[in-house]
Amino acid sequence: MLKLSLVTCCFVLSVVIEGLALLDLGVSPYSGDVFHETPLIIYLFHFVVDYAEITFMLADVITAVALYLAVKDYNKQVFRKQKFALEADRYPLDCLELIRSPKEMYYIPLKVAMFYLLNPFTILSCVAKSTCGLNNAVIALFILSTIKGNVLLSAIFLSLATYQSIYPLTLCAPALLYLMQRQYIPVNFRRASFWWFIVQYAFMYLGSLFVIICLSFFLLGSWDYLPSVYGFILSVPDLTPNIGLFWYFFAEMFEHFRLFFLCVFQINVFFYTIPLSIKLKEHPVFLIFMQLAVISIFKSYPTVGDIALYLAFLPVWSHLHRFLRNIFLVSCVLLACSALFPVLWHLWIYAGSANSNFYYAITLLFNVAQILLVSDYFYAFLRREHHLTYGLYLKRKDGSEATLVLK
Amino acid sequence: MAAYRYGYSAVLFILCGLSVFLVTNGQETILTGDDGAAAVDSPQTVTETAEQTAEQPAVEERQWEVTEVEEASPDEAAADKQDASAPETLVPPSVPRPKDDFQEELVIRPLHSGDIYASFQFRTLWETDFMRGNKVSHYRLFPKSLGQVISKFSVRELHISFTQGYWRTMQWGQPFLPAPPGAELWVWFQDSVTDVDGTWKELTNVLSGIFCASLNFIDSTNTVQPSASFKPLGISNVTDHRFLRYATLPREIVCTENLTPWKKLLPCGTKAGLAVLLKSEKLFHSSFHSQAVHIRPVCEDWQCKTTSWELRQTLSVVFDLHTSGQGKREWSLFKMFSRTLTDACPLASSSKVYIDITDNPEGEQFELIPATPLLSQAVVLGDRRTFSVYDLTQQITFGAVRSLNLLIRWKSTEGDMLRPLLHGERYVAGYGLQTGEIHTLMYNNHPYRSFPVLLLDSVPWYLRLYIHTLTVTSKAKDNKPSYIHYQPSKDRVRPHLLEMLVQLPPNSVTEVTVQFERALLKWTEYTPDPNHGFYVGSSVLSSLVPSIVAMDTNSTQERPLFSSFFPCKEESSYFVRVYTEPLLVNLPTPDFSMPYNVICLTCTVVAVGYGSLYNLLTRSFQIEEPSLGLAKRIANIIRKMRGVPPL
Repeated sequence: MLKLSLVTCCFVLSVVIEGLALLDLGVSPYSGDVFHETPLIIYLFHFVVDYAEITFMLADVITAVALYLAVKDYNKQVFRKQKFALEADRYPLDCLELIRSPKEMYYIPLKVAMFYLLNPFTILSCVAKSTCGLNNAVIALFILSTIKGNVLLSAIFLSLATYQSIYPLTLCAPALLYLMQRQYIPVNFRRASFWWFIVQYAFMYLGSLFVIICLSFFLLGSWDYLPSVYGFILSVPDLTPNIGLFWYFFAEMFEHFRLFFLCVFQINVFFYTIPLSIKLKEHPVFLIFMQLAVISIFKSYPTVGDIALYLAFLPVWSHLHRFLRNIFLVSCVLLACSALFPVLWHLWIYAGSANSNFYYAITLLFNVAQILLVSDYFYAFLRREHHLTYGLYLKRKDGSEATLVLK
Repeated sequence: MAAYRYGYSAVLFILCGLSVFLVTNGQETILTGDDGAAAVDSPQTVTETAEQTAEQPAVEERQWEVTEVEEASPDEAAADKQDASAPETLVPPSVPRPKDDFQEELVIRPLHSGDIYASFQFRTLWETDFMRGNKVSHYRLFPKSLGQVISKFSVRELHISFTQGYWRTMQWGQPFLPAPPGAELWVWFQDSVTDVDGTWKELTNVLSGIFCASLNFIDSTNTVQPSASFKPLGISNVTDHRFLRYATLPREIVCTENLTPWKKLLPCGTKAGLAVLLKSEKLFHSSFHSQAVHIRPVCEDWQCKTTSWELRQTLSVVFDLHTSGQGKREWSLFKMFSRTLTDACPLASSSKVYIDITDNPEGEQFELIPATPLLSQAVVLGDRRTFSVYDLTQQITFGAVRSLNLLIRWKSTEGDMLRPLLHGERYVAGYGLQTGEIHTLMYNNHPYRSFPVLLLDSVPWYLRLYIHTLTVTSKAKDNKPSYIHYQPSKDRVRPHLLEMLVQLPPNSVTEVTVQFERALLKWTEYTPDPNHGFYVGSSVLSSLVPSIVAMDTNSTQERPLFSSFFPCKEESSYFVRVYTEPLLVNLPTPDFSMPYNVICLTCTVVAVGYGSLYNLLTRSFQIEEPSLGLAKRIANIIRKMRGVPPL
């Protein structure tokens, strides 16, 4: 019970059951402020509420399998690209040790699946019956269909993910980049084929989103769910403690600055899409990873399930390990925070011997660690790309060994 | 002229008989004198003659007369005296009869716990129409401030109560007028009101000013519209609950500043009558204090041809005699109120003190000084009670000292109380500041009858109820409510409203549990003492409880005021409203001292995220050139000034 409270904020099975109970009483579940799930979730659980445990487990398995297949396919393409580049002699000579071998790549898909399934965060989230597991499954399916090159399915799953919690909207940029890369459409604003593809994808995406929204409308016969689901995510009225940055910040905010900071914090989540897509336009899968991480750190009601999803991608970037700068420190902080979360929560809420600041401090540290982790991977990725172009052992003008700096 | 006077005397005599008949019917006044029986000999013929001779005006004057007649009836001599003196007090028919009437009453009931329950009721009736186009401007007995409120806000019914302390039903029995701790306000608006919420908001602010109370804190977050629990108590044809608003402020502390404006509404103020007893230094030195104002339209007669507005001001106190009496069980008016009664309010048509002596028929429990020959029986809350009556309009009541100081001296302490048939309790279960469970217990103490109870719960939004966890169990079995009206809360907008109809099996406890989750509020939304906790208003149990004795269904009949508040629709049951305890719930609190710190720290973390990504996004990798030492740089600057190439 203690831990469950941490991992879940307002998106848990008990809330869904509450929604169903309200429907049974003839009250719209969105007339109150307890239920913030989408109508499709209600509809789903209307049938499977008795098999909820199995549903959540199944969702996690689906996520793991989808990630497994996606990463497998992605690795194949990475390897093929690397082979072409090698054959074209595009890599500097001293970069041979950066070249990835099929042997080390063989177990990566399995590692990804295991990283997801055996991650304590995933297990917690599943035990707590957080609907985050379902969102993860949808996003994993979206990644799979994108990597498999299925434009329609990719658009459909993306719209489903967006429908569930707005934020995955930013994933459309990597999806577009990837699909265009796969279909050899150059990312060039002056090319008609580029725009034509974007229009196609947008049409499929918006079309399916429209269908889903209308479907939800017809399920409940009202538009109440729009403010209740999306207004809830965007305006952050619920300040129940979670692992994110929003709750305490907005609990302590001065009233006349609330709107301003709300806008700043929400724009912050979406804002990284543009510069990241520009920087990583050649590497859309890494972009997906970055976006997932940014969303799970900066979203309004983060849960540990969101973290588990992007952590599952870490084995894919195992070749970056030699460039990571402070992975030891960061992983120690993450582990320590994960252990301290329940301790300080207990001290605050149950024992009464600590106050909210203790728990808040841990959320701060946890988020700093996540940010450092993500930026470290980003740094390592960029650095490896740099080395692949300019050689691994760079020399200064005077011939001595050079150190790389960001300037 | 003489004939005229004789005619009057005849009419009056007939009226005597008529009202005695009515009184015996309704209230069963026990006449201690033997001669009283003669007056009731032939009620039928008396009524007929009354109709023939007096016709309409006489019947209308009935109520006017009633009090005098009641006093008159005990013995013939008194009646004779009445006959002689009555014509002077009567209003001549040529002068328009004032359409308002004021009655005052004090009921004192010794409680089994040894405490004393005193209940004041002041009723003003006025046959007028506040809703007419032309404004009512001439006020006599009815307070103008309330009259203006009624007409301005198109109020159909208004009930407001301020209570300090909690009524202990199991120790004290049912009160005549139930009220929850804190302030309670419920209003039915006329169906002509279009913007009910706006009117309600204005009304609460006006009442807040009238009663010097924090009723202005009533807003949408503590107002509900109960669908079944609060039906209009006066005449009504509209029961659409869109025109009903109900709010409680369980935290409201009632004190002198609320009593003074309340007293000012009385026609005699505190100058005369029963209201002299209302001294705040004594009233608030008690276990329970509740004052209320009830405004409603009522019928004047049985067919409801004419209606009038009734203003009922009530005040109930329970005095704890154990602590103040130094172990002696003895009380008097002077001890309780530090005043004695010297007269009735001259404006009152009736002014009486009732003492409940049901448990003391032979005087073995306590002794009442001075004794009174007048006894009265009334059916109150499903029980036939006997009262000693002191009529303050009679000079004889005050005796030679010209002051009435009632005294009760206990002789024995035993005696058992009739257990209240319906009783409720409530508490919060669970530990920690995250979740909890509200338990409401409803007791049906009737040995063999089951009856339905309407439970109303209004829970603030910051306790998020999970209605799917609602369980109703009685006798260890699931007891499915036959009707549930649930309105979920909206954050910072409206509270939860849970109303349900539960059948209580005989001699059982029914437990209603529902789980909730505590929300963390914004730091500005906490009260100044957040760790004291947050109050949740009482649940309201409303029920028609099966009655042992036949209830009186004629609400227009002359009855003691305390027995005529809730209208009775059928003889076999009576209406009871029971309030449970309010809850005090702790919420998790943020640290109030550090908004700046939190804003700075969180923004720093966001800036760390933004900065590190910005760094990586905008810069590119370059080979680091060795930076020159400080000495060399200074040397270079000097060389530059000298015009020599740098090192």
